[in-house]
Amino acid sequence: MNIVVCVKQVPDTAMERTLTPGDGTLDRASLDGLINELDEYAIEEGLKIAEAHGGEVTILSMGPGKAAESIRKALSMGADKAVHVMDDGLAGSDALATSAALAAALRQVGFDLVILGSESTDARTGVVPAMLAERLGVPQLTLASKVDIAGSDVTIRRVTDDGYAVVSASLPAVVSVVEKINEPRYPTFKGIMAAKKKPVQVLTLAELSLDASAVGLAGAATWVSDFAARPPRQAGVVVKDEGDGGAKAAGFLAERKFI
Amino acid sequence: MAEVLVLAEHADGEVKKVTLELLTAAKRLGSPSVVWTGPGADAGAARLGEYGAEKVYVADSPDFSGYVVAPAAELLASLVADKAPAAVLVAGTTEGKEIAGRLAIKTGSGVLTDAVNVVAGDDGAPVAEQPNFGGAITVHSVVRQGTPIIAVRPNAISPEAAAGAAAVEAVSFAASDAAKAAAVTERVVAEKGERPDLTEAQIVVSGGRGTGSEEGFKIIEKLADALGAAVGASRAVTDAGWYPHQFQVGQTGKTVSPQLYMAVGISGAIQHRAGMQTSKTIVAINKDPEAPIFEFADYGLVGDLFNVVPQLTDEVEKRKG
Repeated sequence: MNIVVCVKQVPDTAMERTLTPGDGTLDRASLDGLINELDEYAIEEGLKIAEAHGGEVTILSMGPGKAAESIRKALSMGADKAVHVMDDGLAGSDALATSAALAAALRQVGFDLVILGSESTDARTGVVPAMLAERLGVPQLTLASKVDIAGSDVTIRRVTDDGYAVVSASLPAVVSVVEKINEPRYPTFKGIMAAKKKPVQVLTLAELSLDASAVGLAGAATWVSDFAARPPRQAGVVVKDEGDGGAKAAGFLAERKFI
Repeated sequence: MAEVLVLAEHADGEVKKVTLELLTAAKRLGSPSVVWTGPGADAGAARLGEYGAEKVYVADSPDFSGYVVAPAAELLASLVADKAPAAVLVAGTTEGKEIAGRLAIKTGSGVLTDAVNVVAGDDGAPVAEQPNFGGAITVHSVVRQGTPIIAVRPNAISPEAAAGAAAVEAVSFAASDAAKAAAVTERVVAEKGERPDLTEAQIVVSGGRGTGSEEGFKIIEKLADALGAAVGASRAVTDAGWYPHQFQVGQTGKTVSPQLYMAVGISGAIQHRAGMQTSKTIVAINKDPEAPIFEFADYGLVGDLFNVVPQLTDEVEKRKG
């Protein structure tokens, strides 16, 4: 089976993230890049499926040169090869443009199963997996907390707002996974060494036959008109419990009309 | 005045509150027309009319519950082509966002997610306010291609009553084969009792590592029930398996914006803050006076939650009589 796992490099969520004045895009250059946490579950799921059913795992990542670090890490976890979609013209792409570039790369690389994290910790739109399914015209099996493959059928447990749904489709398909679907493995020393020799193919917009005016900041269908740091919340009163803390807290809730 | 399409969220004929919030936003942009998928529109229409819905397009097809999101996107795309609306508003739930994403591709439109407010800009086109990076930055965004599609975060806009005709109009709909590729074979609703939905609740009581165990976490549920609140949990709690994962509040979980958020035994790391810092009032209970949560809580109580919370619960029950 030809499994492609989409991986995004994102800024460390523990750091202060800012937007670039002028175009309102995320200032990525000054931040440490990590694999988007939910994508680690996607990589693990891809590796598990390949181990159980045979096949190859390809990492697909779109991002600047720096994203190569994250691609290498994904390879060190055990993926076989990678495709890095990299072009200055892609900077500032919104979800619509990102899905266009990823879909073009997926068509070119070929796939039976595409796996993604259900959202990224930077933009948090959560729309890209559904957009890819729409663009590729394949079943959308998103928000999976469990994935089962039997022959050419794939069945997932889809997390819903009030529980879960069991959803089935035939391959090829797009699957997105939620946190805790598995326990992502750590790269071993052997894996890290092996990753250095694994092939990484770089694809540019021209190689994907994508028009630069349709992607990147130039082609973005959405636009940040202005932004501002939210005024920091001020600390209110802090009281120490002296045996009547619960009652005092109730007093505060009553004063604010919550009870 | 151009129509603004609002995709209704409903269950058993009952209109979800977020739909009323969407109607309030839609009214600022044009004439609100609700799009109702599946059964129950007759029961829901009156309520929609109380919040300004002029029309209710009803597509009563089993395809919407039988297949994953694609049928709803297909219906909306045909209505967009037909009615040329000024905007399409959907609830910013996981499913709502997926529908918005597919609709954006179908119509070649820009999509804005996680809006906490939507107003008409100088040119009348919608401007969405979005909190970025867990609310550290507030962004105003516009759509400059196609029909603006905006997913609005539940509980962010106060619904305002406004009379509307709520004229029901049946729309014939049958999903294409392509939209029926992912079939739902079973739905399982988790037992949540009488508690409100986490993302729609006016009050959320969340417990963290300080609760110590699955047993210890029950203290959070008791306080929540006394307040009529939803229960949330920090990642430490859901990772440890003390409480189900779908109740996690934070960067990788749910984002909530209630009137009152109570963080109990939660230190308030940046990843948790990302899921709750737009709450109107924050109360924190923690035994560590240095916990970062105290830096942005409106009311902080330094103390052992196992002493404080039962007393607070009793007091709430007493005052509520």
